[in-house]
Formats: sequence, structure tokens, C-alpha cells
Amino acid sequence: MSDLRELYQEVILDHSKHPRNYGHREPTNRDAKGHNPLCGDQLRIFALVEDGRIKDVTFEGRGCAISMASASMMTEMLKGRTEAEADEIFRRFHAVVTGEEEIGDDEAEQGEGGLDKLRVLAGVRDYPMRVKCATLAWHTLKSALDAKGAETVVTE
Amino acid sequence: MTAAEPMNKAAFDIARVRADFPILAERVRGKRLAFLDSAASAQKPKQVIEAIVHTYTHEYANVHRGVHYLSERATVAYNAVRAKVQKLINARDENEIVFTSGTTDSINLVAQTFGRATLKAGDEVLVTEMEHHSNIVPWQMLRDEKGITLTVVPFRDDGSLDMDAFRAKLSEKTRLVAVTQVSNALGTINPVQEICRLAHAAGARVLVDGAQGIPHLHTDVQAMGADFYVFSGHKLYGPTGTGALWARAELLDAMPPWKGGGDMIRSVTFAHTDFAEPPHKFEAGTPNIAGVIGMGAGIDWFMALDHEGLDAHEEELLAYGTERLAEVPGLKMIGTAANKCAVMSFVLDYAHPHDIGTILDAEGVAVRTGHHCAQPVMEHFDIAATVRPSLGAYSCREDIDQLVAALGKVREMFG
Repeated sequence: MSDLRELYQEVILDHSKHPRNYGHREPTNRDAKGHNPLCGDQLRIFALVEDGRIKDVTFEGRGCAISMASASMMTEMLKGRTEAEADEIFRRFHAVVTGEEEIGDDEAEQGEGGLDKLRVLAGVRDYPMRVKCATLAWHTLKSALDAKGAETVVTE
Repeated sequence: MTAAEPMNKAAFDIARVRADFPILAERVRGKRLAFLDSAASAQKPKQVIEAIVHTYTHEYANVHRGVHYLSERATVAYNAVRAKVQKLINARDENEIVFTSGTTDSINLVAQTFGRATLKAGDEVLVTEMEHHSNIVPWQMLRDEKGITLTVVPFRDDGSLDMDAFRAKLSEKTRLVAVTQVSNALGTINPVQEICRLAHAAGARVLVDGAQGIPHLHTDVQAMGADFYVFSGHKLYGPTGTGALWARAELLDAMPPWKGGGDMIRSVTFAHTDFAEPPHKFEAGTPNIAGVIGMGAGIDWFMALDHEGLDAHEEELLAYGTERLAEVPGLKMIGTAANKCAVMSFVLDYAHPHDIGTILDAEGVAVRTGHHCAQPVMEHFDIAATVRPSLGAYSCREDIDQLVAALGKVREMFG
């Protein structure tokens, strides 16, 4: 059970039960759908991007605790960031949950806006079958930002 | 509950059955393994593992080709499996058995030969709402190619097939009914004998998908009255990549070949090829030799079981599991038909199936979570996925108890 508490930390359970930025909030100018056929998770991401900056980002859908928490934490993390910053955070996040990179102890990571807030999701690296749950929202947002919104992102 | 365990009338020796499966002694995540995922694929008894090892160690060469010793040994062992399948399903003749790579391959074979050759625009193929994707998609592909109609017979909310709807949808346009013997997602046992009778009266052929049925039900294709029966070796304690199609000899005779190549011909010139007789006509290329021999060993193992005892054991275990799961707060069974076997699909109102699956796994309990390749079934209940514990011949009360205890951990975390 102690290992599982690494995966299902209180923060994750809290975000999954009370997701932030949940529900389609107008105005938006980007959106994309994501689907994980393995577990049936489906979600939709909406974003308002102006002058290269993510002014707002919301999501709706249904899924497991990991995917809901990840989507919720992602919206908190990315709101107000530039698209270039979002790209880099996405890259780092992916590397962290797949075990390729660690979150550092320096000020850039630990400080306000640092990636450390996402550390709780790093537990999925021990559950390869669940990595897709954690990354679904991120892939979907990336698709929305890349203006491929008409496509459905599929992770399997 | 355990104290009230009834006397095992047929004295089914579950310990002896379990002893045949080396993997059941494995510890997973440091826990006793409660393997409740046999509907996805059954574990293999040592007899099957040994048959495959024996083949590659002592008797392996290509079949139907050389005159040398090893080729002859392999050919004899390989060919002998056809009679085992014939006996298993009580087919009239062993030449009515075509080896395939599994149920999916078998259904595609029927769609691409019988289907393509005989169905035309306006003809109907009737499937049920509870079919596995492998008994939907091949017919959809044929529909898009030939302009046939795919008609769906719904099931009732308890998971039983709506036979009134079946009768109503059956018409002179129906050319084929493709139905599963047992639903992999719900466990429902369909009245296939009655379906065959009604379909034949309407002039339609019937394909029965036996993937989930054959490990649990006595299957007699002649008594059933089906025209095509398909199943996979890996759900019947044999290796993956094996399976069979049974069809009446006259149907196989009339069906054109599908894949072309070696082993399915009588003679080849650039101008013309004479095809071999069934079943070889449908078995192009070097087959899965050791796999088929392994499937045969699985059938031998299965047929040697005390079936009266196995039936009683599985029935009692399903009842016990259903009763124990009913005690779990917030649990809803998906599929409660009176006539069902081996599957206990459910959802919890406070946790997603995938999270449940991960927590059960940490407790050593292996279950399938997801849509079980039966998305229309999920749609019927407006859910994305279920948790699906399923039983095999080696399943026991301890597995169920371990599952229910692990569900307590799920409640601790998510409830």
C-alpha cells in the first residue's frame, strides 16, 4: 500500500475529486479531443491563446484519477504561460513521468511556477501501463496549441 | 461464508488442477497471485508447455513437406490435432476443421470467403449488441465493400439477448447471423441452439463465436445446429496464435480460398492453380506447427478434466463471487442475466476501473479493466469501462476472497 500511496498521493486524489478549471469556459479559440482507447478515457481541452500566451485553459471529460488529476494540474500550471514555455513544460513533464529526467532541487524547479508542483505525478513512472493516463491531457493540449484541434488525439 | 461452503458433490479436485499450472505459484508484487483474467487469456498447464518444448526439442521440422524423420514426426503430431478439435466440438468430420491463428482470424476467413462470395447488396448480416469487436468489424468491412446491411439485435438491461427483437429483425433478407456463444464482457450465455433453429427457418446461416463459450460450455456443433463455429486456442489453455474454424463440409467445399500460397494447392502453373481440398485450401503457408500441437495438448488436458465436477465448481464459484461482490458498497454488477458463466463485470460508483485495476494489482489480483473490445456494450450502460474478474478451471474461492479484500483497499483510498 505504501507504494500505491506514491502513485495516489493526497494531492492527486484531491485534484481528481475536485478538478480545477473543469468545464468549458468561454471565450476560447483552441480546442482538441483526447481519447485513450485502453481505458476509455475521453477528455476535451479548451484554450484561449492570445499573442502567443495561454490566457485560459479548461477541460472536461471522464477518466481515471490519474488522468483527471493530471489534466487539472496541467491547467493550473499552464495558465498564463507562453506557448514556448508550455512546450518546454510539456517536454519536461513527459521526460519526468517516463523516468528519463528528474525534477531538480534548484530554485527554478522549486520556486513559484517551477515544475516541482508536478512531482506528485512522477509516481506513474513505476506503472508503465499508466503513463498514458498521465499524459493524455498534455498530448491533447499540445494538439490544440498546434492548431490540430480538429483531430482526436489517441494514446494507447 | 466460507464456513457455509457446500459439500463438493462431484469432488472436483481443484488443488490437483491448480498444480498443473506453474504460473499460479508465482508471487506478483510480493503477493499470492489471484489470477482472475482467464476471459482475456487462460494460463497454460505444464502439459501444454511441455508439448511445445518437446516439439522444438525432439520433433520439429516443417510439416507436409519433407520425407525425413523429423518432418514426418511433426506432421503426424500436427495432423492429430484436427481429430482432437473434431472430438472437442463433436464435428462430423475432421476435415471440417480449419486451423487459424484464432477467433479473429476465423471470423475474417468466413467474412472474406463465404461473405464475399455469397453476400450481395441488400443482404443482411445480423449481429448482437454484445458482440466482441472481432465479430463486428469484419462484417462492417464487408458492408462497406459489398453494400450489405449490418443489423443489430439489442440486449436487455440484465445483459440477456432480446429474443423478441431477434425474431422481429430476422427476415428473408437475413443471410447470416453472427452471434457469440457467451459474452466476454457480460458473461451472458446466449440460446444459440434456438437462434440456429430460428435463423435456419428464415433461410439464414449462423456463425457462432465460441471464444468465451468453449472453455465453459459443452459444445456440440451438430446439436447446436450452427453452420460456422470459431474459437481460440489461447482461451482454452493452449498457446496464442492458434484457433480453429469449423464449418459444414458443404460450406467449406463451396467457399473460395482466401490467402494464397504454399500448402493450399494441388498443382500450380503460371496459367492455373488447382486448389487443395478443405481444410488445406484455407491453410496457406507454413502453419503455427508447435502452436497447433500445443493447442492439441490443451484440448487433451481440458477433455481429461472431470467435467461434471468442473461445471459444478464453476457454477458454485460464480455464485459465490457474485454474492461476495454484492456485499461491496457502491458496486454495480454489469451483466446479471440468469444464464451466465465465468464473468463478473462491475463498476464502483467512487473509483474508475483503471484505478481499481492498479490497486487490485498491488494486492496480487489480476483482472481486466477497460471496454473488453465490446464498446457497444459499454455504450449500452453509458460507461467507459468495467472491472472484469473472470474464472478459469483453476479459479478458487481464495481468489474471490483476495479480490473482495483488495476492493476494501480501493474503498480506503477512493471511497
